[in-house]
Amino acid sequence: MVNVPVSGEQKPAVEMIGIRCHFPGVEALKGVDLRVDSGEIHGLVGENGAGKSTLMRILAGAEHKDAGRILLKGREVHISAPTDALAHGVSTVYQETSLAPHLSVAENLFVGRLPHTAGGIVDWRQLNRDARQVLERLGIDLPLRLPVNYLSIAQQQMAEIARALSYDVAVLVLDEPTSALADNEIAALFRVLRDLKSHGIAIIFISHALDETLQLCDRVSVMRDGELVGERDVSETNVVDLVRMMVGRAMTEMYPKVNAPLGEELLRVEHFRVRGRSTEVNFSVRAGEVVGFAGLLGAGRTRLMRSIVGALPAEGGTILRRGKPVRVRNPEQAIRRGIGYLSDDRRRSGLASLLSVRANLTLASLPQFSRVGVLKRQKEVSSASAIIGALRIATPSPDQQVGVLSGGNQQKTLLGRWLIAEVEVLVLDQPTRGVDVGAKVDIYGIINDLAQSGKGVILISDYLPELMGMSDRIVVMREGVVVGEFKREEATQESIMLAASGHATDALVSSPDVTAAADGWPGGSESEPRTRKGPL
Amino acid sequence: MGPGVVPLTEPTPLPEVSPSQGAREPDGSHRRAWTRRLLQQFGLALFVLVLGAALTAYTPYFLTGTNISALFVQMSVIAIIAVGQLMVIITAGIDLSVSTVVGLAGTLAAYLVVYDHTGTALGMFLGVAAGGAVGLINGILITRVHLPPFIATLATLSAVGGAALILTNGQPVGAPASFDVLGAGKLGPIAVPIVVMLVVAVAGWFVLARTTFGRSVYAIGSNYEAARLSGIAVNRVITSVYVIQGLLAGLGGVVVASRILTGDPTSGTNYNLDAIAAVVIGGASLFGGEGTVFGAMVGALLMELISNGSDLLNISSFWQEVILGVVIVIAIAYDQARRRAFARR
Repeated sequence: MVNVPVSGEQKPAVEMIGIRCHFPGVEALKGVDLRVDSGEIHGLVGENGAGKSTLMRILAGAEHKDAGRILLKGREVHISAPTDALAHGVSTVYQETSLAPHLSVAENLFVGRLPHTAGGIVDWRQLNRDARQVLERLGIDLPLRLPVNYLSIAQQQMAEIARALSYDVAVLVLDEPTSALADNEIAALFRVLRDLKSHGIAIIFISHALDETLQLCDRVSVMRDGELVGERDVSETNVVDLVRMMVGRAMTEMYPKVNAPLGEELLRVEHFRVRGRSTEVNFSVRAGEVVGFAGLLGAGRTRLMRSIVGALPAEGGTILRRGKPVRVRNPEQAIRRGIGYLSDDRRRSGLASLLSVRANLTLASLPQFSRVGVLKRQKEVSSASAIIGALRIATPSPDQQVGVLSGGNQQKTLLGRWLIAEVEVLVLDQPTRGVDVGAKVDIYGIINDLAQSGKGVILISDYLPELMGMSDRIVVMREGVVVGEFKREEATQESIMLAASGHATDALVSSPDVTAAADGWPGGSESEPRTRKGPL
Repeated sequence: MGPGVVPLTEPTPLPEVSPSQGAREPDGSHRRAWTRRLLQQFGLALFVLVLGAALTAYTPYFLTGTNISALFVQMSVIAIIAVGQLMVIITAGIDLSVSTVVGLAGTLAAYLVVYDHTGTALGMFLGVAAGGAVGLINGILITRVHLPPFIATLATLSAVGGAALILTNGQPVGAPASFDVLGAGKLGPIAVPIVVMLVVAVAGWFVLARTTFGRSVYAIGSNYEAARLSGIAVNRVITSVYVIQGLLAGLGGVVVASRILTGDPTSGTNYNLDAIAAVVIGGASLFGGEGTVFGAMVGALLMELISNGSDLLNISSFWQEVILGVVIVIAIAYDQARRRAFARR
């Protein structure tokens, strides 16, 4: 698989010249040129809908171009199907995993070309040997025989990359490979990519995380509205410069945090235990406050929040709304108590993608839009239209199927759902994941507005600058336990990361709740007696 | 929107939305979306019309009052059941127990009237209620015992079929002539089964298109977890859907029994797959989230038209089954192609 770098005069590994592509009503690519050399990691950035993915899908043979030429090592090639691309050594790892969940890692690596005996029976020993060889060469450690659905998302990503590289690859395209990864996993991925680069492979890296792109890549191409608007060596550019090119104007403030006056305590969670963990969690949120939750992948933030809104069973603990203990046994009750949860997984547990934008917007507040179970159509339409306007959701109509919108607009639709539901406490789990820069800033604006109107916001994010930029207070979790808490002014990326990875015990000083949580609750001096909660 | 929640009137520093993205013409595109949806349904409806016209041209016996009435009466039971099956399928479920529920409901109604001397109305009501009870069991097996719908209803299909046979010792129950109100009665010029079908269809359309319950049904089918996190009482909705299907299958069974004046435990054998076929031909997706009552009705009509037309043209019933199979393949292939074209946009 490894292509030895050719010395002397060398043709670029990939040249795409004058690529055009249109979909009904949209010109997705308006004559794009892209050049990537062998042994180069080339970043491709731009807002959602700028055409990055379309361009890469054309290179991968998954999309047809209307015009333009593709040259690999100076030789023109015709790629009209994914198999053509693979045959020419172009391998692509898409954003969404395409592994077969019930097959083992080894089977997934070689699916479609399993080694077999003369009789057509799979040669398992050979398969495992081949698979181990691929993984070793990449320096990736994965359990070969485990079905893929037992792997973490990060490990699945690694398996996906390993599969892409198990072919004879000269060009590797990665579409948003890091969006689901934690920092240490990203570091591991980057090590692998740099190693591949040193073997002369050309890598095209699509990402929304600009600092990451700058850290990894040699050159960066910026796309906007189907055109290439600039190409830079990383040494001569920075995040602000890239963002300006991407959105077409200077971005003054990435995190326009507005400090809202803090009010009453809206939510207090006391010695709360999620199922399967013996540890307890305590925290509170006040009106007008944005509380950030930091942690590595698997720190238990999502599980905690889903348990609080009753989507997962809780083992014990008390939830107090405005000082009064409440029972929350399912999300329906949570919403009635004014607690909403924006899911971190838009596709799997957020969007009803076959339904219209309107139906998605009003899904969490149907009682509000009905009388004796009959929908008030007029009210629904006007509310939906108002929120579409306010959040600038780009959709041709409220009746548009939401699944065809861009990621940013889908995410805004989901946020709109919770705004319409008028919950007082809103948990936002990775609200900007897989969303372009413009939509991100829109979402930050919405968070500010929520705080200013006296709501309490819980913000979970893997992206520390965002978390630090938007939160009044940051709670750090590790293995299901709160291990640190920082005021906005005190927080630094280093201190949060240290706490999250289990290195900083002295970060624990700032909150009395935290010590309690760490040692287990000392016993009910001021608190209500423990109430069992959770269904079944 | 309540006080002080959303309006992002305060200009936060947002990047400009390009005019093509931001511009909205709600009226124009609304109408376009509507037209497209009409066209999606229209493809099938058009085919049905063409088929009807062809039959009219080929045989003088097709377009007569008697034949058309018979055709709709024939169609009524499938159509009634299809409305329930549609709801089930929209939730990404399936109800296989329909055939024996049809048999049980008709048999029980006839049995009660003949042997327990209950009034016709009460007997029929209890027959329908029995269907609802089976639906409730299905719903509980699916939402509480967490069986896949296919398995749960396969089990009740068998158990209910056995129960109906036990009830009558395997013998059909002959019902008195007064039992025919629902099957052979007339309301003005229109046969009662047709009226029942129309009422069920309109009610089904209203529930699915105009109520929060219907919205929940679609949402659950499109994304169960999203619906749950949005506060929809998913278990209650799913259970209700199976109860509705049970009631409608029961109603269908009573209509059948009333029409043939016999409570026959095995009378429902064909209705199961016919109703599913009608729903699917009508554009519903077995993966859930999609489907309309109108589509299911057109699907049922198409199937009945094939059978009726074949009879008139002296095509054997064996060939009818082959033709029906081909039509299902064509309808679904067309639908898949349409979806792919839509997804590529």
